[in-house]
This record gives sequence, C-alpha cells and structure tokens, in this order.
Amino acid sequence: MISQAQILQWLQLFASTIEENKDYLTELDAAIGDADHGINMDRGWKKVSTQLPTLVDQDISSIFKTVSMTLISSIGGASGPLYGTWFLRASTAVAGKQELTEQDILGLFQAGLEGVLQRGKAQLGDKTMIDALAPALEKFGQAVGEGKNIPEALQQALAAAEQGMKETTPMLAKKGRASYLGERSIGHQDPGATSAYLMLQSLLAVVEG
Amino acid sequence: MKKLINKPEDFVRESLAGMAVAHADLIKVEYEPTFVYRADAPVQGKVAIISGGGSGHEPMHAGFVGLGMLDAACPGEVFTSPTPDQMLAATQKVDSGAGVLYIVKNYSGDVMNFEMATELARSEGIRVLSILIDDDVAVKDSLYTQGRRGVGTTVLAEKICGAAAQQGYDLSQIADLGRRVNTNGRSMGIALTSCTVPAKGSPTFALGDRGIEIGIGIHGEPGRERIDIKSADEITEILAQSIIEDVGYSRTVREWDENQGQWVDVELSNQPFQSGDRLLAFVNSMGGTPLSELYLVYRQLVAICERQGLQIVRNLIGPYMTSLDMQGCSITLLKLDDEMIRLWDAPVKTPSWRWGI
Repeated sequence: MISQAQILQWLQLFASTIEENKDYLTELDAAIGDADHGINMDRGWKKVSTQLPTLVDQDISSIFKTVSMTLISSIGGASGPLYGTWFLRASTAVAGKQELTEQDILGLFQAGLEGVLQRGKAQLGDKTMIDALAPALEKFGQAVGEGKNIPEALQQALAAAEQGMKETTPMLAKKGRASYLGERSIGHQDPGATSAYLMLQSLLAVVEG
Repeated sequence: MKKLINKPEDFVRESLAGMAVAHADLIKVEYEPTFVYRADAPVQGKVAIISGGGSGHEPMHAGFVGLGMLDAACPGEVFTSPTPDQMLAATQKVDSGAGVLYIVKNYSGDVMNFEMATELARSEGIRVLSILIDDDVAVKDSLYTQGRRGVGTTVLAEKICGAAAQQGYDLSQIADLGRRVNTNGRSMGIALTSCTVPAKGSPTFALGDRGIEIGIGIHGEPGRERIDIKSADEITEILAQSIIEDVGYSRTVREWDENQGQWVDVELSNQPFQSGDRLLAFVNSMGGTPLSELYLVYRQLVAICERQGLQIVRNLIGPYMTSLDMQGCSITLLKLDDEMIRLWDAPVKTPSWRWGI
C-alpha cells in the first residue's frame, strides 16, 4: 500500500529533485531543444510544492487533480500539457482513494501513459518521456503479476525506466523541437525521458523510506 | 551575459508592463493569467482573433494587438508556449459572441496548449476555431518530425485575417482565409549567432567565428545544417531558392470541427510557385541584424524573383518575428490574390504596426 501521506511526500520529493536537477535538465534540452525543460519544470513544481500543505486533508485523486491543474497553468511548453495530462488521468484512475494497492498503481501508470500518448501523439521510440514511462509500466505490471510487493515492483520499473531513458541517446527525435535537428538529435539523452525517470525515482525513494 | 534585465523571472512581466504604459491608448494587459488585449475589446459583432506563443519574439504577438489585427495575444515565458488558462481568459475577454479564431504556430507546445484551450472554451459555449501555421520549408522529412514549423507566415496571416475580421467576415470565412494564407506562404531562416535566453544566461548554442545555422526556427533551436559563413547574396540565394523550389507539400493537421464537435484530421496541400505569381516578400530580422543588412538581402531577393518571373507586389522588411538578440534573418514569400492584397492594404493600428489610419 502507498498511503496518502506518502503521495504527498513523493510530490514534495519530486519537486525538490527537479530543483536540484534544473540545470542538468536544461543542459540536456540545450543540446537538442530550446534549453528550458529544467526551468519550466521547476517553475511548475515550485508552485505544486507551495500548494502541498493545503492538500493534507484531500484524497489522492483530488491531490493529483490539483497537481495537474497547477502544472498545466504554470509550466507551458510541451511539458505542461504532458505532465498535466499524466496527473489528470492518474487522478481519474484513483477516484476517491486514500491509499493505493499494487493494482491501483498499475491503473494509475496505465491511465497516465495513455493520456500522454493521446496528448502528445508520440510513440515508443520517438525519443520522448514515453521511452521511460512505457517500459516502466510494462515491468511494473509484470512484477505485480509475479506477486512482487510495491517496492520490489517499483525497483524493477525504475530500472526499466533508466534503461529506456539511456536508450533515448542513440535515437532520432521525432517529436518536439528536437525533431527539427534530424540526425543531429542522435547522441543526446532526452530531457523529457530524464525528468520522467526522476519522477519514478522519487516515488521509489519515498516507498522505500 | 549582458542584458537589460532585473531578474530573469520578471523579464516577461516587466516588459509587458512597459508596453502597456507605452501604448495605453491601444492595449491593456492582465497578469493573472497573462494576456494582452485590445483596449476596446470586445468589439461588438466582430470575430476575435487570438494568437500567442513564447515571449522573446517581439513585436510578435503582443505588438500586433489592435485595430485591424489581433484582439488578444497570450505571451508565454521566453520561448515557452503560453498555458490554456491564459488563452481561455483572453478568449472570454475578447469574444463578442461572433466567435474566436486561434492562429497557432506548429510547435508541439503551442499546439497542445491551444488544443486544451479550444476544448475549455468550447465547453463554455464559446465558438472557437483554430488554424495552424506550418510554413517552414527548411524542415526535411516532415513525416518524421512534428511537421513544418510555423514561422514568418504567421505575421502575414495575423494581418490578413485581422483585416478580414475588422471588415465583418464571419468565423468560418476567416478560418478558410487563414488556411489559404498558410498554404500559400513559405519561409526559411538562418542564424549567424545564437540568442541568449535570460533564464539560462548563456547562448543556447555556439557557432564559432565562421559557422552559421541554415534553416532555423524561432527559438534558438539549431537549424537543419551548419555551414561556413557565405556572402549575403549567396545566403539570400540559398534561402530564396529553397522557398521557390519547394514543391507541393501535403500534410494532415488536426482542426476542431464545429458540426461534429470534435477534432478531425484535415488534409492541406501547398502548390508550388509559378512564373507570373504575385508575391508578398517579407524579410525579417531575428532581432540582432540591422535593417541595412535586411535591405541588402531584399535587393538580392528582388533580383532572384525577377529572374524566375515572380512579381513582388508588396513587401515587409524589419524585425517582426525575432528570437531575442539573435543575429540572422528569415525570408517569407506569400502568393497573393486580389482579396489578400485588399486585406493586406487595409488599415492597421497596433503598438508595432500602423498604416492607413
């Protein structure tokens, strides 16, 4: 089980992880995009961070909904709608819940990814956040199917996300600003896949305590 | 980095605040969320035109808010698309009941945020249509990218659609017109230097003493290739020929269908320019290139067009769609018809662009 309190801790930890990695994400984006992924994500997550104390009495679905709206209205660019949509769909998938089972988390990951796929019209292998999120979902589902507990399943999901993130380096970008570089996009790790990896890393850190 | 800024995070807001006091007779600015709108909005009975995008491209778009052009502009952070709540608030402010047209540049962030705004506005019962500008011929293999970017033709579409709205065209007529401007307009740009985004504080890319980027967008993202500097005439030749020789371009874009109440795929295609066509030639500075160099480029562009039997009947030369302090330029050629010429010549009164009034 993941408790409502742990969800709040996760969001707080991810916000501070983004702050710590702001320059790193921006450098990754400068290589193939327009050098603002870290700056933009930090702007949105700082805002989320200030709102978290007001959400202590809310259920997990309501928390995600607030996070979604905050991200959509403060990040801009492509990251705002994509992360915003991930949390909006996640919110719908866990309606009314105060704690999450393995199956709830699986459903939440699934709904979030589907939302991102629809909103961004990208596929696996396009050198985007999907290249971290999709393998993570698959591994998580597999591990849960094998009877693994949440920390174990998340560990496997995170390893898959890390591998997916690293595999974006040799890929040719097909979405976003990086796509205009053509072959020059090859050889750089995707900033969106990197921030998605950090999101899962923060969740595991909280679950493992 | 040497820039006239206070704090990077205040850059956009403080710049807009200055613009608001400088042009208080024409525009007003709101900040929570941020948008710029015609001081006399909503204009009764008139379709409203809204555009928006990242800041750093001034005067686009906020400088084009006023009579005969935009009713509102939504500025995002520097080079970052604005958010749906900005667009929704602007839409509510300027809609007079005749509907609203969004003019959207084909960048993934702009497209996604305007799509969300369209859905929000529609759910409030406001009639909204959107058209996509995707005129950048530098984008190769557009099937494998986000598609061609929206660049110089955006400015021309805003002027022509803005005039049509001022003259009483209805929403679907203006959307059709905007689509026609887009499919008849083509652009390509080059960078001699990178720009410096205030929040990052250092140039986005390095070109060295001799490198130039061919086929850039407007955000400092690198272009399609990097070559050594050439003469102005040679660079003009590369840009003009890429535009003129561009063969028909077909693509599928998503647009809101009013009858079905959902997003539908729309097929668009460009026809190549032909000898005898009448053109509008737009030579744009990326921000750091002076007018003297633009005129020099224009002189060569006229010669190239004459050679090909293309007749330049209108022109626009200057910094209208910039990338902060980047040195470089872009060329846009738009094939005109009588209706577009009439609308182009119609009066306009905005902070950055005034004629005929």
